[in-house]
Amino acid sequence: MDFLPPRNDAFSAPAMAAEGVARSDAVASNSAANRKLFKSRVPIYPKEVDGLYRNLKWAMMAITLSIYYLTPWLRWNRGPGAPGQAVLVDLAHERLYFFFIEIWPQEVYYITGLLIMAAVSLFLINALFGRLWCGYSCPQTVWTDLFIWVETRIEGDRAARIRLAAAPWTAGKVAKRVSKHAIWLLFAVGTGGAWVFYFNDAPTLFHQLVTGAASLGNYAAIAGLAFTTYSLGGLMREQVCTYMCPWPRIQAAMTDTEALGVTYRRDRGEPRGPHKKGQPWEGRGSCIDCNQCVAACPMGIDIRDGAQLECINCGLCIDACDDIMMRIELPKGLIAFDTEANVERRLAGKPARFRFLRPRTALYGGILVLVAAIMLLTLSFRHTLDLDVMRDRNPNFVTLADGAIRNAYTLKLMNRTGQARTLTLSVNGITARSVNVIGVGDVKGAVPLVVDADKVRTLRVLVTVAKPDLAASHALNFTLGDTNGKESRNVAAIFVPGDVK
Amino acid sequence: MAKREVDEVSGTETTGHEWDGIKELDTPMPKWWLGLFYACIVWAIGYWVVYPAWPTLSGYTHGMLNHSQRDDVTANVAALKSARSVKEAALRDASLADIQRNPELQQFAMAAGKTLFGDNCAPCHGAGGQGARTYPNLNDDVWLWGGKLSDIQHTITVGIRSTSPDTRQSQMPAFGHDGMLKPAEIGDLAEYVVHLSGRPANAKAVRRATKLFADNCAMCHGADGKGNRSMGAPNLTDNEWLYGPNREDIADQITNGHGGEMPTWGGRLSPEEIKALAVYVHNLGGGE
Repeated sequence: MDFLPPRNDAFSAPAMAAEGVARSDAVASNSAANRKLFKSRVPIYPKEVDGLYRNLKWAMMAITLSIYYLTPWLRWNRGPGAPGQAVLVDLAHERLYFFFIEIWPQEVYYITGLLIMAAVSLFLINALFGRLWCGYSCPQTVWTDLFIWVETRIEGDRAARIRLAAAPWTAGKVAKRVSKHAIWLLFAVGTGGAWVFYFNDAPTLFHQLVTGAASLGNYAAIAGLAFTTYSLGGLMREQVCTYMCPWPRIQAAMTDTEALGVTYRRDRGEPRGPHKKGQPWEGRGSCIDCNQCVAACPMGIDIRDGAQLECINCGLCIDACDDIMMRIELPKGLIAFDTEANVERRLAGKPARFRFLRPRTALYGGILVLVAAIMLLTLSFRHTLDLDVMRDRNPNFVTLADGAIRNAYTLKLMNRTGQARTLTLSVNGITARSVNVIGVGDVKGAVPLVVDADKVRTLRVLVTVAKPDLAASHALNFTLGDTNGKESRNVAAIFVPGDVK
Repeated sequence: MAKREVDEVSGTETTGHEWDGIKELDTPMPKWWLGLFYACIVWAIGYWVVYPAWPTLSGYTHGMLNHSQRDDVTANVAALKSARSVKEAALRDASLADIQRNPELQQFAMAAGKTLFGDNCAPCHGAGGQGARTYPNLNDDVWLWGGKLSDIQHTITVGIRSTSPDTRQSQMPAFGHDGMLKPAEIGDLAEYVVHLSGRPANAKAVRRATKLFADNCAMCHGADGKGNRSMGAPNLTDNEWLYGPNREDIADQITNGHGGEMPTWGGRLSPEEIKALAVYVHNLGGGE
């Protein structure tokens, strides 16, 4: 039930309640009788439109779905023994492959950086052009759009779908409904199916899936994602955006009147009303109240109510309206990507202008460039070898028979390249009686150590000091370098000579 | 059913209970909650059919799946054993020296050894093998029975003063307790041992004890006090003291002849496990 009075309707003259007392037509909208605890969903039957934004949306759907479905099948030669898949999350071996990049678990901060960049990009795009993410590239939008496309192909456009929903259950209706849900489920299974390929070698897993040899986890992941795709994209649709997604709330707090958005130009449209051919346009707005923008909206809103939380900025109402404007021979763009500030400016008789450079956009842009620069820099100077040093704490130190003190260190030598490498390890900064690498023996100076391709070699190193100064702990350095001297890692550690007070 | 009273403020039925004029509302359960509740009941019925559920006089209903967690554990343990079997076989067939030379095998032995050490050895020797008074430190370079891989393997297998017929056996006599030496003589000997380890000692006592040491101690500990590994006799000239470094500690040991006991692990751990443990202990830092 809608308690708002219809817009632009002149209030009917209130009846008099008594002599000299006007009667209000207020309704107690929150009275126990009117209040409902549960609001059932009112189904939305978006009308298919044709136009620039619809075509952009088709294009984005094709691009994003192609990326999603095809990426796991791209091959990338990393040499023998390494996975040949361009994009692969190898959980079993703790590696993430992205074309020429290979990330180890220790470098998960690259993913943090990527997430920061994604978030800031979202803010920046939002501040410039509004919720393009919501309207064009969010998986929820893309799959909902795809599912509505399937629905339209099978059940017909808006009017036919409304008729079908109201129609009794005949064999024809059952056939349409069953085929619609079946095709939805096929797409949903494909979605989950594509997901698991990112975590496994795609051709191998495909063969396993078909022959029933894949692990239960893969089937469960496919079933789970098929279920969420089917229910979120097919059944819940706009409710996900309206009730479940946090972004509309965050976005509402972060937007401003200079951000582009799908805008009903009320400066041009109002006052609205039906128009008969031949009537003059003077003294009234361009909006003929045909409601085509409402019929086209997949979110079930009226864009003419202004900016609202539910609007995903897909622009389908623009296409619907432009079509009508052409037919009544008015200029297009009654609904357009515009700003609230421009509407106000035009109402005030000032020219419209777009302010893309604002403190907000400069800040987001700056952060984005900064994070991207840091990421690029660290990625280009990324070490292909690394060293971790962990000193034994239990026991903290060992007293030998002759009174010398020994500390033990566990070293992890990491080789992040695809070839076995000889790395040199040296211990400096302390006058040691002996440095013993277990399994290698007593060493002097730089020791050559072979680390296999893409592997971590763990070594225990014992450092013995004959007569250490017992007063304090000593500093020492472990240095790992490659034989051609191009790369080296220096790790500072301490030597504990006893129960240092 | 009689028509129930409806509260006019909230529009909800009341339960008919009233206290001091306050009536209890009978607010219906939320629909989603009721839905879940009924779904759980349906689920439970399915569960009874599929899984073991009800006790019977002689056992319990097994359910269609005939599921048993005990069988799961058995299967999991078997799967684990078969997954380990390749490396375990390699461990069994490799010599100790080979294991040390092969990084992959060594890593496997170290990982297995670490767990085994925590389960079996840490209660006495400490989590890091650092030992404690009367329990030897396994990190240092002092070994009563030898610190080579094979020595360690043998010690773990047979134990020390254990129930194994092949046990490593040594017995420090209780010189004082059994009346072989007088307290004064024991005091002199303790002074002598302190002197042996290079610490300042009473010269007169040391002189008096020289003959006592040769007569009573040198047989096992050697004339120079450097010990004898074949007998498990400790070196008395170094800095390591299993029963304490002070004069009183040494006198106590001469008087009472303490000797700890290490169990034999031969029957409890498999030969591969003992190999892995030997490699682990050797790699703690003291291995020879």
